[in-house]
Amino acid sequence: MIERDTLLYLDGVTVSFDGFRALNALSLRLNEGEMRAVIGPNGAGKTTMMDVITGKTRPDSGQVVFGKDTDLTKLDEPKIASLGIGRKFQKPTVFEPHTVWDNLLLALAGDRSPRFSLFARETAAEKRQIESILETTRLTDQRYRRSADLSHGQKQWLEIGMLLAQEPQLLLVDEPVAGMTDAETEQTAVLLREINQTRSVVVVEHDMAFVRALGVKVTVLHEGSVLSEGSIDFVSDDPKVIEVYLGR
Amino acid sequence: MKLDRISYLTLGFVLGVALVLALLNQMTALGSALHVPTYVLALAGKYLCFAMLALAVDLVWGFAGILSLGHAAFFALGGYAMGMYLMRQIGTRGVYGNPNLPDFMVFLGWKELPWYWYGFDWFGFAMLMAVVVPGLLAAVFGWLAFRSRVTGVYLSIITQALTYALLLAFFRNDMGFGGNNGMTDFKDILGFNVQADSTRSALLVISALLLCGQFLLARFVVASRFGKMLIAVRDTESRTRFLGYRPESYKLVVWVLSAVMAGIGGALYVPQVGIINPSEFAPGNSIEAVIWVAVGGRGTLVGAILGAILVNFGKTWFTGALPEVWLYALGAMFIFVTLFLPRGVMGLFRARTSKEPEPEAPEVAAAHEVTG
Repeated sequence: MIERDTLLYLDGVTVSFDGFRALNALSLRLNEGEMRAVIGPNGAGKTTMMDVITGKTRPDSGQVVFGKDTDLTKLDEPKIASLGIGRKFQKPTVFEPHTVWDNLLLALAGDRSPRFSLFARETAAEKRQIESILETTRLTDQRYRRSADLSHGQKQWLEIGMLLAQEPQLLLVDEPVAGMTDAETEQTAVLLREINQTRSVVVVEHDMAFVRALGVKVTVLHEGSVLSEGSIDFVSDDPKVIEVYLGR
Repeated sequence: MKLDRISYLTLGFVLGVALVLALLNQMTALGSALHVPTYVLALAGKYLCFAMLALAVDLVWGFAGILSLGHAAFFALGGYAMGMYLMRQIGTRGVYGNPNLPDFMVFLGWKELPWYWYGFDWFGFAMLMAVVVPGLLAAVFGWLAFRSRVTGVYLSIITQALTYALLLAFFRNDMGFGGNNGMTDFKDILGFNVQADSTRSALLVISALLLCGQFLLARFVVASRFGKMLIAVRDTESRTRFLGYRPESYKLVVWVLSAVMAGIGGALYVPQVGIINPSEFAPGNSIEAVIWVAVGGRGTLVGAILGAILVNFGKTWFTGALPEVWLYALGAMFIFVTLFLPRGVMGLFRARTSKEPEPEAPEVAAAHEVTG
């Protein structure tokens, strides 16, 4: 196997909230173009890990390096987002009063300054980009609907579409299939694999069947550090993992 | 930018009524049944200035979610800038006949004009200050507050504190703004007698024009991509950061714009009511402005204008007919609107007039055709 470049490198990251260690010397390496599933019981630190990568939470110690040598712990959320890290939240958060189209328009990569947005007009290139994202996320028929009126699954896809519109190098996706029907879950797995052809993805998920369907390397978190790492079959046979998940 | 029917109606109403009142005042004889007395012009002008304040409040509250309980401060600062100009125009016609100093300074025993009064005898400079001072104060305040991510009720409280602090400051005689009594007894504006019918008519029409201009500007802002982002910031501020936006800079821009709009309203208010004093900074004034917007319909712009006119019309009538009931009526109206008309008068209007189940859909579709 050819050694690929590291895209994201967490080294000894520790975060405590009032004495509780949400992340405990967590280290993780993600290669360019890789898709990684992160699983773990509640409170294992999955969401905190995303918070640290996206600049919402500053770690007490440790390093978070993106690309060659960008230290993410020094940057705030908008800066990190513009570097090319997109995040989808556990609860779908789209801009509800806006149409699907406008949600994507606001998410499109480009100048984020108030001055630009005051006078910005939709360009043909932007329209094409939005059309193509609508197609990828299967929302073409819903383009002029208020996003508040979408079904739960459609909102999840819209948020993934907004991530794509940002043209990130790395997508962090938090529980994309929570609350989805089986059919929607299946389609989401297909969608994420499609996205992974051009971008790196980290998926946090509870749904083991979904993780299996993704068929990628799995990292199991427990009490803020990595418990086990490998293929889904490897980690699910790991006695440490079985102990954490099933208890004694 | 496309305007809807209600916007056209409102613009037409504001301009039409102002013009008709001014013409009926100017063209008819004093005893005629059609004659509009000058005090009515002043009242109508006052409503329009309040409508500018309401528009400013709606822009930040309705579209950016910043509930300002201190917006009358920007209005009053614009008013003081105009007041200072009008004071300088009095010249030797004051009680003390001092050519260099306004009466209240002579009364305090001051010998020369404070430096910050320089330039206010020139109309252009005074009007520049009527927008620069509120804008600058808003810029400093907003920069500090939004950058520190102060939001919600905490922000409302500090805006209230801001206007209260200014109230106390302007009460002080040694501030040099006339203290408790403020400024009044104005004579001329640009050489025209402030009290004259013709000047009053002109001021009313100018107020109507500026209100319409502000409305169009506000419409342009909220219809732009900037405005869409504002709404996104209003509803899910933290989410916008993960898209790479800086919500604080969006809020700052609209906040400063809103303060400038309020300042313009204040500057036009003063020559029409003939006085400016610290009571304009009273916290209650800012809260009333919020009520106008709530009554008209938050986040609709048109509603802010209608709400300001309606409530103030009611206030004029009530304080004449049943003065002791007015505050109860205002409170009851606010409760009624909050409980039964969450989208204000505009909500009622929209529900009655629009037949389409989804009013947004055709509008958006049309917008895409236009820009395509």
